[in-house]
Amino acid sequence: MQRYSGFGLVKHALSHHENWQRQWRNPTPKKEYDVIIVGGGGHGLATAYYLAKEHGVKNIAVIEKGWLGGGNTARNTTIVRSNYLWDEAAALYEHAMKLWEGLSQDINYNVMFSQRGVLNLGHTLQDMRDIQRRVNANRLNGIDGEVLDAKGVQELVPIMDCSKNARYPVMGASWQPRAGVARHDAVAWGYARAADAHGVDLLQNTEVTGFKIRDGRVYGVHTNRGDIGAKTIGCVAAGNSGVLANMAGFKLPLESHPLQALVSEPLKPILDTVVMSNHVHGYISQSDKGDLVIGAGIDGYNGYGQRGSFPTVEHTLQAIVEMFPIFSRVRMNRQWGGIVDTCPDACPILSKTPVKGLFFNCGWGTGGFKATPGSGHVFAASLAKGEMHPLAAPFSIDRFHSGALIDEHGAAGVAH
Amino acid sequence: MFYIYCPYCGEHREEEEFHPKGQAHIVRPKEPESCSDEEWGDYLFFRDNPRGIHHELWVHAVGCRKFFNITRHTVTYEILETYKMGEQPSITAETYAPQSSESEAARVAKQAGVRA
Repeated sequence: MQRYSGFGLVKHALSHHENWQRQWRNPTPKKEYDVIIVGGGGHGLATAYYLAKEHGVKNIAVIEKGWLGGGNTARNTTIVRSNYLWDEAAALYEHAMKLWEGLSQDINYNVMFSQRGVLNLGHTLQDMRDIQRRVNANRLNGIDGEVLDAKGVQELVPIMDCSKNARYPVMGASWQPRAGVARHDAVAWGYARAADAHGVDLLQNTEVTGFKIRDGRVYGVHTNRGDIGAKTIGCVAAGNSGVLANMAGFKLPLESHPLQALVSEPLKPILDTVVMSNHVHGYISQSDKGDLVIGAGIDGYNGYGQRGSFPTVEHTLQAIVEMFPIFSRVRMNRQWGGIVDTCPDACPILSKTPVKGLFFNCGWGTGGFKATPGSGHVFAASLAKGEMHPLAAPFSIDRFHSGALIDEHGAAGVAH
Repeated sequence: MFYIYCPYCGEHREEEEFHPKGQAHIVRPKEPESCSDEEWGDYLFFRDNPRGIHHELWVHAVGCRKFFNITRHTVTYEILETYKMGEQPSITAETYAPQSSESEAARVAKQAGVRA
């Protein structure tokens, strides 16, 4: 792998930037791999990278039906935070946060991780009680957090309507200074390039059409480019996880919904942090290009179509304009939908399955991007050892029968 | 934006009058007390989530406030039928035949507002 550096940039400038290496190879599938990852998004690529780097697995393939990072990795609002209420979720997301903090150096790729802080607003007395409870829980778990009053919020975000006249007046917020945003595409590309450098085969335009299962054990996958063998397979397919599980003969407690987001025309710097509101229900940040990146809730119906309904977009923008009247005349540039696999308890599933050798990492729902490094890291350890990593163990699929749910609905600062 | 026919009102109304309520035709176990953990967990949490024909429950929330069922395609989002509570769908995954022979992806790509 050609290392990226300031010196390299100057050197390539002398040859008019015509001699940059390709970031990854485009290999033909081998007959057999040690480990196959199904799904070439951020989580899948991170899994492959940590498997190769930390667990010395040499023979890995990532199978992707479209192109790398073309699903939810490219369709989120890039917010990274770890202020979750429950111990299990907080530990997992904080593990990811610590990896984010050194990620650009680790994979030699600028993921533009910017710790500009995240505000979760409270608009009612109950909101404020929940915020206090969550911030206290966070601090006991070693996660940074502060409770701000309305004045503190106004000082951080002068353009927000914090007056008492607002329909839902801002009473305060939780503030996680270490949280922020990252460049979503760079995360996928950076992991892909780093995994490729460790010899991982990234097989794009390769769609899994079935699993080879004998005596309750997985032996490989059928794809549109022929059969590929592997005794350990990790599925990291977000919205399409249920479809894969169906092929393997079992069900997952997931429902796939469209989640929409949109960006505005580029503006001069005006918002230097991330603002999320559970009650008014919208969230917003400003990208380095200057666009306002806006999101809100899922469309309530099931869907795989990567688009949603216009009323949802309208509600989202109503919430933003309620909080930021100054943005009322900003024009929106692009809008998109991703397919999120929502779990009944709004926590992911990292689990073994009824099929031996087949593991699933799914159910991240509306909040998967922030967990990308942590998800990949613990899932890689689980695949390498054949046993779930301690941080992943509470997220087993068994919890939907044992009742040990990790109920992050509303607890995580924003409604899902 | 869906334009939904409410079988009770007998009219098409805009999506904003309705709320989706998830999968239809889920039968509550007759004796919950005697369910195993597996059966109860399956009833509470495990849904079909198909990529294709889906029978779902909707409520006409700001209309007649009645629940009814919709058969809808979860990729093209096409609403194939609506029917009252207690009735069975006339279109199912087995009987559904797409109008054209084009692939699912091709049909979706031609819809308004969709860019590949």
